[in-house]
Amino acid sequence: MTTLLELKHVSKQYGSDTKALSDISFAVKEGEFVSIIGPSGAGKSTLLRCMNRMIEASSGAIIFDNADITAFRKRELKKLRTSIGMIFQHYNLVNRLSVIENVLHGRLGYKSMLAGVLGIYTEEEKKKAHAILGVLGLQEQIYKRCDQLSGGQKQRVGIARALVQNPKMLLCDEPIASLDPNASKVIMDHLAHICSTMGITVVVNLHQVDVALSYSNRIIGVNKGTIVYDGTPAGLTKDRLRGIYGAEYDELEGSGGRNAG
Amino acid sequence: MRGDFIVRKRVNSLLFCTLLLVAMLLAIVVTEYDAVKGFTSVPKAAEWAASNFYPDEKSMKKLPEIFDKLTETLLVSIAATSLAAVAALVFAILGSRTTGIGGPFSVASRWTATVFRNIDVAAWSMILLFSFGQNVLTGYLALFFGSFGFLTRAFTETIDEMSMGSVEALRAAGAGYVSVVIHSVIPSCLPQLLSWILFTIETNIRQATLIGILTGTGIGFLFNLYYKSLNYASASLVVLAIVIAIMIIESVSNYVRRVIM
Ligand SMILES: Nc1ncnc2c1ncn2[C@@H]1O[C@H](COP(=O)(O)OP(=O)(O)O)[C@@H](O)[C@H]1O
Ligand SMILES: [Mg+2]
Repeated sequence: MTTLLELKHVSKQYGSDTKALSDISFAVKEGEFVSIIGPSGAGKSTLLRCMNRMIEASSGAIIFDNADITAFRKRELKKLRTSIGMIFQHYNLVNRLSVIENVLHGRLGYKSMLAGVLGIYTEEEKKKAHAILGVLGLQEQIYKRCDQLSGGQKQRVGIARALVQNPKMLLCDEPIASLDPNASKVIMDHLAHICSTMGITVVVNLHQVDVALSYSNRIIGVNKGTIVYDGTPAGLTKDRLRGIYGAEYDELEGSGGRNAG
Repeated sequence: MRGDFIVRKRVNSLLFCTLLLVAMLLAIVVTEYDAVKGFTSVPKAAEWAASNFYPDEKSMKKLPEIFDKLTETLLVSIAATSLAAVAALVFAILGSRTTGIGGPFSVASRWTATVFRNIDVAAWSMILLFSFGQNVLTGYLALFFGSFGFLTRAFTETIDEMSMGSVEALRAAGAGYVSVVIHSVIPSCLPQLLSWILFTIETNIRQATLIGILTGTGIGFLFNLYYKSLNYASASLVVLAIVIAIMIIESVSNYVRRVIM
């Protein structure tokens, strides 16, 4: 399989003394389901946002789809972002708008300035949005305002908005951190399904180790801005988990289960 | 320590009250204001108002004229506020910390708004009287400038307080700056923005009466005319008309507020 994304010696410094990432290097293959785990403050969100340049890395190179995206200018950056969908912990919807309007926002990156401002969407785009909402089980909610939805439904709208972009990759920043276990399972199952049937690469930041273990092909453990584990879920022993979470891990064990959420 | 703190606060309050009292006495002495006479003249004024300041049969004939000028004043207030709202929205978006484009333009935008806000509407009408003379345009511009300054500040704060999640999502999907503003910032803030606009229209109708006296236009002019020609009955009818108009506007805008929230 071909490599879709590669980070080479990526570092990120906030201000003069916060080193959020230091010398991160790894590659993601097309169609992979990769989980990034680590304690809060480890740099997971920063790492994810460097991949679509919502945050600018301080140094290093990021290669996506055979192009060095760190050199991209405005127009190329816009094009890059249309091919990468993003999903957020707090869903990041426009709550006062309807489900379908929020989903169609995913098409704005493809629009000229005028069509974008006026919100002119083609019939094809609308059909596609409807189809995706159907797959995600939201056909009843299409014209509802988003502030009337449950958390799990909101996150599915977030997924639909990302999918309507026709992305090659999905970046998910703690997509289930605000959801109950049932809704979490629904969301993770959808993500796994998207990865396996549509061939879309999924990179997901997770707080829950057990979820990461059961869904991913590969796990990257981050601690204090560096990669401390990169391998299969099976290879993630207790010792290695302790390496990722430090002293926090023993507390988690003490309180029972491997749930770090 | 804690006792100290409480005692200090009490002493401060006492000091403040004493200062206020001294300032008041000083003001009375300087202006040669006779406090006793001031208060005893209240019943007399009430007596005068009761015997002169009420609409009579004859003043009813002025009703069409009054209605005409009242409508003019209302329309000028609404027109000035609407245009000011559009200008204020542009300045607020460009100057806001969260959606601002940053750099010198943001600073310039904020400074312009501050200058306009700190000049009172009455001061504006006096300044504008020199250039435009006594006509409707002077009142219109005075209201426009005053509302522009106020609304820019109110809008900037509204946008600053808005959760920027959806802005991040749209930017991550590749949407351009104007698209993000139109599809995310404005829909999210719309109820608050409209609420501020309604509030400004209400305020402006009150202000317009005063400005009318200064600029010789609208309902304020009519009041001044009747009052100076000792036609107290008609003048009181003007006041009554204004009070009723303001009450109607207020209930309409309260209704609109309830609907849009
Ligand atoms: N915008 C920012 N400005 C300054 N420091 C930041 C900013 N965002 C994150 N950080 C810091 O960078 C480190 C990594 O943060 P983050 O990527 O959010 O970690 P995680 O998502 O793993 O919890 C933390 O120490 C955090 O305080
Ligand atoms: Mg995070």
